[in-house]
Amino acid sequence: MSSRDSILHAVRQGLGRDALPAAARAELDARGTPQHIRPAVDDTDLVARFIARFESRAGTTARIASLADVPAAVAEFAARHAIAPRAVVGTRLGELVWPEDWQIEHGAAGIEVMLGVSAGHLGVAETGSVLMMSGPDSPITHNFVPESHVVVLRAADIVRHFEDGWARLRDSGQAVPRAMNFIAGPSRTGDVEQTIELGAHGPRRMHVLIVG
Amino acid sequence: MEFRSPEFQPRAVHALHDANLQKALGKARGGFVEKRAQCAAELPEFEALRDTAAEIKNHVLANLDHYLEKYEAAVTAAGGHVHWAKDAEEARAIILGICKKANAKRITKGKSMVSEEMSLNEALIGEGYEVVETDLGEYIIQLADEPPSHIIAPAVHKTKEQVADLFAAAHNKPRITDRAALVAEAREVLREKYFDAEVGITGGNFLVAETGSSVIVTNEGNGDLTQTLARVHIVTSGIERVIPTLDDLSVFLRVLARSATGQETETYTTLSTGPRREGDVDGPEEYHVVLLDNGRSKMLGTRFQDMLRCIRCGACMNHCPVYGSIGGHAYGWVYPGPMGSVLTPLIKGMDGTYDLPNACTLNGRCQSVCPVRIPLPDLLREIRHKQFREERTPKRQKQALKLWRYAAERPALYHFAERLGVRILAGMAKGKGALRRLPFDPGWTGARDLPAPEGRTFIDQWQAQRGDK
Repeated sequence: MSSRDSILHAVRQGLGRDALPAAARAELDARGTPQHIRPAVDDTDLVARFIARFESRAGTTARIASLADVPAAVAEFAARHAIAPRAVVGTRLGELVWPEDWQIEHGAAGIEVMLGVSAGHLGVAETGSVLMMSGPDSPITHNFVPESHVVVLRAADIVRHFEDGWARLRDSGQAVPRAMNFIAGPSRTGDVEQTIELGAHGPRRMHVLIVG
Repeated sequence: MEFRSPEFQPRAVHALHDANLQKALGKARGGFVEKRAQCAAELPEFEALRDTAAEIKNHVLANLDHYLEKYEAAVTAAGGHVHWAKDAEEARAIILGICKKANAKRITKGKSMVSEEMSLNEALIGEGYEVVETDLGEYIIQLADEPPSHIIAPAVHKTKEQVADLFAAAHNKPRITDRAALVAEAREVLREKYFDAEVGITGGNFLVAETGSSVIVTNEGNGDLTQTLARVHIVTSGIERVIPTLDDLSVFLRVLARSATGQETETYTTLSTGPRREGDVDGPEEYHVVLLDNGRSKMLGTRFQDMLRCIRCGACMNHCPVYGSIGGHAYGWVYPGPMGSVLTPLIKGMDGTYDLPNACTLNGRCQSVCPVRIPLPDLLREIRHKQFREERTPKRQKQALKLWRYAAERPALYHFAERLGVRILAGMAKGKGALRRLPFDPGWTGARDLPAPEGRTFIDQWQAQRGDK
C-alpha cells in the first residue's frame, strides 16, 4: 500500500468508517461557500477605514486623482526618503510617463533594487491590507525584495471584508493566481526581546497611493 | 529534533536558576497576554469567531479523507506535487530526494514546526547541504545551536545581549546591542542567502482544499522571500491543516493573529498555488507539498481528536504559568507548554514523557484562550489517566494516593488525622503564622513560606459557628 493510501486508510479507520460514498461527498461539495460570522465593519467610508487601519500598522498613504499621477507621487515619496530615482514597476499599471532622470525596469527585482511600484488588486478595509496577485505583469519579487514598496490601489477596489475579495475573485472567473499576498504595512519582527522593529526582511517602508 | 523530555525535571530546575532565561521570560510574559487581551476586547465577535473556528475544524476532521483528496487534486491541477509521509523518517527521505534531484547545495527555510518534528535540519546538514533558517528568531537559535523554545517566538528565551554575542561571533563584525541595528545586520546577511538558495522550505499554516493553496502567515516576509527566490519550493505541513474554502480561511486568519501576537492581522498572509505560471518572471519552478501524518491519524476517533484542531498560535503557552517559569526547552521536544504536553506523549509515545502532563497545575488558562477551544486541561488529565492505566505512575505517588484514599473513605479517621496535623503545624509555627522550613520537604519551602494553620480545622470552626447560632 502506498503511504498515501495507508494514511487515508488510517484516517478512515480512526473515524470508524469506509471511504465516503459518492452521495456524501457530493453533499460536502455542496457546502459551497459557507457564510460565517464576520466582524462588523460598519464604516460608511471604506477608504477612510482602510487608511486608518493601514496607517495604524506603520504604513503611509496618499490620494491621487488618476493613474497618470503615479510617477510624480512616487518621485515625491522617493525624494522624501532619499531613494535614488530607479524602480521596478509592474506593467499592470499600464504606460506611465516617468520624469527623465528615472530608470524604470519591469522584470523580476534583483538584490540591488531599492524601490518597487506595483498594482494592488484590492484593499481590505477590515484590516487595512492590500491584496497583491502575482502574474507576468505583476512580479511577486516587487513586493518583497525592494527596501521600499509603493502600491497603487483604486479606491473602488477597497472592499469591506476578506470574503468580499473572495467573492470578487470567484465572480471574475479568473483562476487563482500562483501567489496571493495580503500585505498590511512594512515588514516587522518582534524576535529580539519581543519588541517590534520594522524592516526585518521585506520592505522597510510601505506606501499606498489611492487613486480616485 | 533531539528528544529530551525524559530529562524534564532536571531541565526545569536548571531553567529556574538560569538568570538570562528568567530575564528573557520576564520581558515576554506580560506582552503576549496584554496584547491578546486588548485585541480580543476590541472585537465583539471574537468569541463567536472562536466557536466558528472550532466548528470548521470539527467538520474537517470528521471528513478529513475527503478534504485531503480534494486538496491533493487541486494542487496537482495547479502543477504542484503532493507527497504523503507516514512518519518523520519518510518525510526526510522525500525532502532529501527532492533536494538531490534539484541539484541543490543551499537551502533556505522559513519557520516550520513540522520540519522540527522531522528533524529535517539535522538530516539536510548531515547530507552536506547548507541550511539557513530565515525567520529572525530561528536564525538566532540556529547560530546558538539550540532548538526553538516557543512555537511562534523561537528565540523568546534569548536576551538582546546574547543575540549581540551570537551575531558578533557569526558575522565577523563589531558587537552591537541596538535592537534595530541587530535586525538590520541579520537582514543584510540573510538577503544574499535567499538569492543563492536552490531550495526554499516553508511550513503551511493552512491548506485550502478549494484552491490547492498553502498559506503562510508571517510578520517579517522571510517566508515569502524563501519561497519566491529559490527554484524549488517545498511546503511541510501536517495532514490536519487542511480547510475547505477561502471563506473558512478568513475565520482562521481573524483568530490566529489575535491569539498569536495580539494583532488584528499579521503583516504578510500568503497563499501559494503551484509553481510559476507561463509568462511569470519569478516564483519557484517546482512546488512540492509534504503532508506529514506522524501519529495524527491515530488521534482521530479518540478523546484526543480535539487536539487536531490546534492552529499552532502559541496562546496556551503564553498564558501558562508553568511555561512562563521554565520556558520551552525544559519540555524537551518540538512542542512546549500545554499543547506540547498533550502532543508529545501522543506523537513520541508514553515512554519518557511522564512528567509533561503532570507538570500542569490544571489552572485552565490555556483552555480559556485557545482560539479553537481545545479542552487542554481535560486532555492533560486524560493522559494522566492513560499513564495510570498503563501503570506508569511512580510507586511512591501511588502508595501516597492509596493511603489518602483509605483515610478519605473513613471520615472519622480523616478528621482525626487532620486535627492532629493542624495542631502539629500550628505548634511548629509558634504563633508566627508561617513556617519557614518544612522538615520532611525542605524543597517546598526553599523559595517560599508555608502559611501555618491557626490550630483548628475548618470543620471544627464550622461546627462551632453553627453551634453558636
